[in-house]
Amino acid sequence: MLRIRNLRCGYGNLEVVHGASLHVERGEIVGLIGANGAGKTSLLNAIMGLLPPREGSIELDGVSIARQPVWHGVAHSLVLVPEGRQLFSAMTVADNLLMGGYRNPDRDQAIAQALDRFPRLRERWRQPAGTLSGGEQQMLAIARALVARPRLLLLDEPSMGLAPLMVKEVFEVIAELRRKGVTVFLVEQNAMAAFGVTDRVYVLETGDIVMEGRPDDLLHNPEVKRAYLGKGFRNVWE
Amino acid sequence: MSQALQYAFSGVTMGAIYAVVAIGFNLVYSTTGILNFAQGEFVMLGGMIAVTYSRFMPLPVAIAAAVATTAAVAALIEAGFIRRLKRHTLLHMIIVTIGLSIVIREAALLIWDEKVRSLPFFTGTESSSVRVFGAAISPQTLWVLGTVFAIVAVLHVFFRFSLKGKAMRACSANPQAAMLCGINTSNMRTLTFAVSGALGALAGCVISPMTMSQYDMGTSLAIKGFAAAMLGGLGNPMAGVAGGLIVGLAEAFSVSVLPAAYKDAVAFALLLCALFVKPHGLFPERGSIAREA
Repeated sequence: MLRIRNLRCGYGNLEVVHGASLHVERGEIVGLIGANGAGKTSLLNAIMGLLPPREGSIELDGVSIARQPVWHGVAHSLVLVPEGRQLFSAMTVADNLLMGGYRNPDRDQAIAQALDRFPRLRERWRQPAGTLSGGEQQMLAIARALVARPRLLLLDEPSMGLAPLMVKEVFEVIAELRRKGVTVFLVEQNAMAAFGVTDRVYVLETGDIVMEGRPDDLLHNPEVKRAYLGKGFRNVWE
Repeated sequence: MSQALQYAFSGVTMGAIYAVVAIGFNLVYSTTGILNFAQGEFVMLGGMIAVTYSRFMPLPVAIAAAVATTAAVAALIEAGFIRRLKRHTLLHMIIVTIGLSIVIREAALLIWDEKVRSLPFFTGTESSSVRVFGAAISPQTLWVLGTVFAIVAVLHVFFRFSLKGKAMRACSANPQAAMLCGINTSNMRTLTFAVSGALGALAGCVISPMTMSQYDMGTSLAIKGFAAAMLGGLGNPMAGVAGGLIVGLAEAFSVSVLPAAYKDAVAFALLLCALFVKPHGLFPERGSIAREA
């Protein structure tokens, strides 16, 4: 569904991603793990069209989407839940969801479904998004993306800054998406949590994809253990 | 008493026009981050174009067509020129828009020469007046106030209840998130320019019978509208209304104590005071660039 070949991108003189190649097949949940500053967010921004690639190709269903305007991707059901949620904090929960469905003619129905999935948002319906708790804000960010009816959903660090219980809920939502036929590309620092829901995982290190494999295999890879699971294990056990 | 009322009415009338210019400033600033000093030229264009059109068609049609033409000019300025500029600082863009305003003014001079023109009074004539609380005012004053009130009401409904209006708010709150929702933010910017052009033009038409239209009327309107916008709080569209009324009233009442030549200075004195005492304006928009800077 999504195929990236030899992608290079960056900001100004600084190249952040040095020729990454990866693919995500229809119905898969694929993870991308890596430390802070490895280039994970830049990679997502390049896919969305927020950051023009310097080299390489990005294809969605066999059609090049590199350098296309962001709204174009959204209109073709390529949706990102950005890092740090990026809600419209002065606008109500209702309006945030409405904006999520800007390109979706069936937005009313999609919003109703999102509210069934996240009943807390219905309670907060008329409240400004900025007044929600961190967990509720993440739920709203995901719900807003779902209202756009994504076929391929990109998630950028959805567990960041959340209490363990909320992290669990976020990953339950991701697991549910698979049953609904949504393809997911999940970027996470919390490797352990990502391993729990993904079919395949890529490891990004300072702008290069250094490993790819099934979570079970990576889990037992000594290098992955040392670099990514130290913190992950702690997160799980504490 | 009736003297004071007379001043108040003339202050509110001019203030209402400044308010419309201030709303234009705020609209464009909040969605594009640009302080558009060509805003006053839209008022001039509206009046001048309507005067020309009114020779060929009935007045209401001429006004509607002038508003549409000015909106198209404003949209063209954004889509054909401003959009193509690389990202620049606020100051660069101020200079660019001042340059644009000079170009528009000179073009207007070529098209219409320097003669003062005006639209006919919408109802009655120059000499007709209505009595309101003992003050004699021109019926055109009521047209101005009614139009500005309608503009504010329509904008309010647009921003609060329509999908496009909410999308515009989303663009100004967080442009990147707006893009990620599938909003075409560059088209939104063009639309904002068109709307601010249309508002300015409409104000230019209703005020034309009272203050006349001339090719060089835009500059002082831009500066006073800017003062009004700053006074209200930059980036907050409706706060410009309060700012505009304050500037207009202060100007009108200053005539009773100061020589009329100082009228223009009042707006700036007020602006300076506001900047010293409340640098973010009376009703600052939370999170606006003016506040962070």
